[in-house]
Amino acid sequence: MRILVLVKRVPATGGRIVLADDARSIDTRYLGFVVSPHEECAVEEAVRLIDANGGESVVLTLGPTEAADQLRDALAIGIERAVLLETDGSDWDPVATAGAITDAVKDLEAAGGPFDLILAGNESADSGGYQVAIRVAVALDRPIVTGIKALEVRDGVATARRQVPGGADVYELPLPAVVAVREGINLPRYPSVPGRLRAKRKEIERIVPERRPGGPTLDRLQVPVEQEQHVEILGNGPEAAPRVVELMRELGVL
Amino acid sequence: MSAVLVLVELAGGAPDRLSAEALGVAGGIAKAIGGEVHAVVFASASEADGAADAAPALGGYGVSTVDLVAGEGLAAYAPAAWAAAVTQVATAGPFAAIVASGGERATEVLAHVAARVDVPMAANVVSVLPGDRWRVTRQRWAGSLLEEAFLDGQPRLLTVAAHAVPALEPSASASAAPATVTRVDPAITDADLRARVVGHDMTAGDSISLADAKVVVGGGRGLGSAEAFAMLDELAGLLGAAVGVSRVATSLGWRPHAQQIGQTGTRIAPDLYIACGISGAIQHIVGAKAAKRILVINTDPDAPIFRRASYAVIGDVTAVVPAISAEIRRVRGGG
Ligand SMILES: Cc1cc2nc3c(=O)[nH]c(=O)nc-3n(C[C@H](O)[C@H](O)[C@H](O)COP(=O)(O)OP(=O)(O)OC[C@H]3O[C@@H](n4cnc5c(N)ncnc54)[C@H](O)[C@@H]3O)c2cc1C
Ligand SMILES: Nc1ncnc2c1ncn2[C@@H]1O[C@H](COP(=O)(O)O)[C@@H](O)[C@H]1O
Repeated sequence: MRILVLVKRVPATGGRIVLADDARSIDTRYLGFVVSPHEECAVEEAVRLIDANGGESVVLTLGPTEAADQLRDALAIGIERAVLLETDGSDWDPVATAGAITDAVKDLEAAGGPFDLILAGNESADSGGYQVAIRVAVALDRPIVTGIKALEVRDGVATARRQVPGGADVYELPLPAVVAVREGINLPRYPSVPGRLRAKRKEIERIVPERRPGGPTLDRLQVPVEQEQHVEILGNGPEAAPRVVELMRELGVL
Repeated sequence: MSAVLVLVELAGGAPDRLSAEALGVAGGIAKAIGGEVHAVVFASASEADGAADAAPALGGYGVSTVDLVAGEGLAAYAPAAWAAAVTQVATAGPFAAIVASGGERATEVLAHVAARVDVPMAANVVSVLPGDRWRVTRQRWAGSLLEEAFLDGQPRLLTVAAHAVPALEPSASASAAPATVTRVDPAITDADLRARVVGHDMTAGDSISLADAKVVVGGGRGLGSAEAFAMLDELAGLLGAAVGVSRVATSLGWRPHAQQIGQTGTRIAPDLYIACGISGAIQHIVGAKAAKRILVINTDPDAPIFRRASYAVIGDVTAVVPAISAEIRRVRGGG
């Protein structure tokens, strides 16, 4: 079977978001980069499915030249090929992103055969548009389910579970299909040292994508004002326990 | 002339909480553009009569017309089928905007509509300013960052961020005219039913109780090991609390993901959140935004989580938590 995984490079923002001077992007000078935890799980799921069924896995991202790092992270845990739709690093809206990814899927399929499964994250960590995977699926006329926490593939049918209050909805869809997953579907492995070395040597296929108009169009970012709390220090170390328990009584939680 | 269409999910005959939030935003847009609010409501064939009875009361939420979509193909949820029906209603419009709630299904259905009609969609919007170009403010990073954006397209498609705007209260006045109800028989194709719910598994998941817990005891990397979580379980047991964890605790395999609090985990809303050995990364804290009070137990008084805390104990969690549990036992034993 052939599987394509879609990932997006985002900054790991830590304890506080600081904006660039033009307020149109996050100041990333001192930050590392990752992909959404949902997408890490999509990558892990692809590796497991190919281990079990044989075939080829490909990871694809649309992003700046540095997004090659996130592709290598995926190669390091067992994805075979990586494709970078290289941009100038500016913000691409979901319509433009999905359009470019759809173009690339068609090209990749024309050259290498169809993908039985396209895996994505449920939402990107930064912009959280909740739509790129759905747009790609609709453009390719393939069924899609989102929010998936368990996935099985057998005899050309994907069975997928989505959490709902009190349990899970079970979906079934024929392949080829698109599935957007959530963190918790699996526990991603850490890359091994040989895995990292292998990933380093692999070539990343680069494509310059065509950007179509779309939206919504980012104008300005704004960090919500957080009311700084006044912190009452109850004490240091275990000696604080009586005061903590007194507080619990006052709050009525004991 | 121009109207706003809202996707409404009914629970017990009334809009559910997230739909009431969407109705509030839709009402604001309708007022700004001088138009009406229409609602689209889904029902399986067997629910259709009940929904038809309940729908006129949407008039109290400012809705003038309800398009009740009912039919065979809607017996089981299928996102593309729902989207086909919304698209059908939308095409009969015209509508200036289509608004959905921040619910999982509503968001997904609207994204399908956006893809079919080929217009932009803004997810998790908190405010809308119609005009020559519509401006929306929407959440990024699960609400840790706001984005002002231009939203174009005919119609404008947007979902309303969950629990970020007030839910619309129904008008009690008898003058609220009942909504007119029109039944829509949607044209659903086999292709629309390729991905659909075929069953339910009611054995899974305990994260619901985490979301509803009055007290949550949380643990992160500062616990140091999977074994150390036994002391959190103990304290949680004494308090009748749920245990929640940071992503580090799940990534290291110390705890199941169902217990993760945050952007890619569960949102909690307790009266008290006791955060032990957790630094307070924005992706964690965003899941605890609705907590009334946070008590931090941490060795580092400069950790970002102190900025969100009401109370703090500075110290080693592996010493402080057992001492708290012992003290609870002592005061309970002593009456
Ligand atoms: C896109 C994205 C999504 C994410 N989603 C989530 C999410 O849903 N939930 C989530 O939690 N994280 C999420 N993260 C990860 C997040 O950014 C942080 O990495 C994570 O929350 C840190 O976990 P932590 O606080 O346990 O660990 P650390 O940041 O390492 O903090 C450990 C804390 O323990 C304290 N400590 C150490 N020893 C002791 C001791 N003996 N006693 C007391 N205190 C001690 C330290 O002072 C420190 O403050 C996400 C990240 C990204 C990029
Ligand atoms: N720039 C991108 N490159 C590759 N995949 C992406 C990109 N943006 C979004 N995706 C995929 O689409 C999913 C949903 O993204 P979004 O619609 O932005 O919430 C993500 O989790 C990714 O799997």
